[in-house]
Amino acid sequence: MINKDSDNLVVVDGLTFSHGERLIYDNISLSIPRGKITAILGPSGIGKTTLLRLIGGQLEPDCGHIWFDGHDVPQLSRKELFELRTRMSMLFQSGALFTELDVFDNVAFPVREHTRLPESVIQTLVMMKLEQVGLRGAHHLMPSELSGGMARRVALARATVLDPELIMYDEPFTGQDPISMGVLVSLIHSVNETLGSTSVIVSHDVHEVLSIADYVYVMADKRIIAQGSPEQLRQDQSEQIVQFLKGKPDGPVPFHYPAAPLEQQLRELAGGESAGK
Amino acid sequence: MIANALQQIGRRTFDVLATMGFAVMTYMKVVFGFSRMSVFVPLLIRQMYVVGVQSLLIILVSGLFIGMVIALQGYQVLVSYGAEGSLGPMVALSLLRELGPVVTALLFAGRAGSALTAEIGLMKATEQIASLEMMAIDPLRRVIAPRFWAGLICMPMLATIFTLVAIYGGKLVGVDWLGLDTGTYWSLMQAAVEWKQDIGSMLIKSVVFANVVTWIAVFRGYHAVPTSAGISKATTETVVQASLMVLGLDFVLTALMFG
Repeated sequence: MINKDSDNLVVVDGLTFSHGERLIYDNISLSIPRGKITAILGPSGIGKTTLLRLIGGQLEPDCGHIWFDGHDVPQLSRKELFELRTRMSMLFQSGALFTELDVFDNVAFPVREHTRLPESVIQTLVMMKLEQVGLRGAHHLMPSELSGGMARRVALARATVLDPELIMYDEPFTGQDPISMGVLVSLIHSVNETLGSTSVIVSHDVHEVLSIADYVYVMADKRIIAQGSPEQLRQDQSEQIVQFLKGKPDGPVPFHYPAAPLEQQLRELAGGESAGK
Repeated sequence: MIANALQQIGRRTFDVLATMGFAVMTYMKVVFGFSRMSVFVPLLIRQMYVVGVQSLLIILVSGLFIGMVIALQGYQVLVSYGAEGSLGPMVALSLLRELGPVVTALLFAGRAGSALTAEIGLMKATEQIASLEMMAIDPLRRVIAPRFWAGLICMPMLATIFTLVAIYGGKLVGVDWLGLDTGTYWSLMQAAVEWKQDIGSMLIKSVVFANVVTWIAVFRGYHAVPTSAGISKATTETVVQASLMVLGLDFVLTALMFG
């Protein structure tokens, strides 16, 4: 089944997904426009990474459609899915570099697997990608010798080495120092502009994401609670959005885990102790 | 209450059957799903080095001591019947028919099997397996198949080396220490050992054990919960399940071949 949408590379339509008995998404729909940076924001643990895995076909939804350039991802055979994945790539939160390969071989890995290019061409290509992320001089290092920020940049070079149409970033800024964060923000922006690719960033780092995204979805409570340009979201006065964007500790997302009132619990504890005596 | 118990039994049975079905399907994909030979062969050679060559030391040392112990114990029993000349055949037959393949498989499960499970489990926990999938590269072909085939090829070789070293260990004790005649030790052994029944059974057993041990190791790693507790549990399960399977299958194979 083909459902071509010239403006959007990815269209999620009526998606419901559960992990075991826990409902993660309840009938959500969203579109990822071509050539733009789309951000998906939301608190930790609501399943933002799960959405990327669903788009990449690593998980299957309970119901709904996920269209990638007209192909319904959950309906594809394993072979078709693998063919489609050559057009997308993902930057994992941990970098997911292969620990037994050095930086050069990590970046060259997808090229050697999917093309028959001569080694001299691969060498030039990899060095150009490493130059783009500022790590040409680190090509001989092993992943264990890299800092977290450097590992993320190598992973970015690897994710873009075959010039994919869609690049998915899973929490690219998590655990980074301010300098690395700034470097990654500008790299993601420049990669998107240079390659003309479509980018999806899943994150909870509000300020960094709003500085580079063209369009933003905010997720909470198993659904999309707001969407729009970064400017529109900044103007949004709904309690949930204000709490999330300004990082307020209490609000619609409560600070306290649901429990009986403190007084009642203390009274019960005191009652139990005196009965014990 | 009864309905709940039945429901639980049903769910567990279903889970076990689903896992077994998944294991068989994955096994078929691994055994018959090669990637390009130019990619597969270097990966296979590297894994043969890791699971085979790096297991050599423990195999050599264990083989030597086990052969020496069998000879020492055997000599004490045989000498009381005046049959110490049969030490050579006793050492060789017990090693070829039972101890060679069984002890090698147990050592292999502990040394290489646990390492395979932990390595694959960690690759899963650090998202390396997921990143392969996202790069449109099948991890079953790229990661699992070379490790499985390496185990399958190396274990019969290790069992052969173990048996040869153990027979030599038996000679060190029986001939060089206890004074048995060299000619008697080797010639009676040569006369007693048959190609098909003894050496053949050793090779068949070690191929079967290699299949079982390596498969349990790679499957447990691939199926591990990607947390430190999950990987630790998977590694323990590999050693326990592989060891029990080896001992159980050894009885079945012995009954089929010699019963």
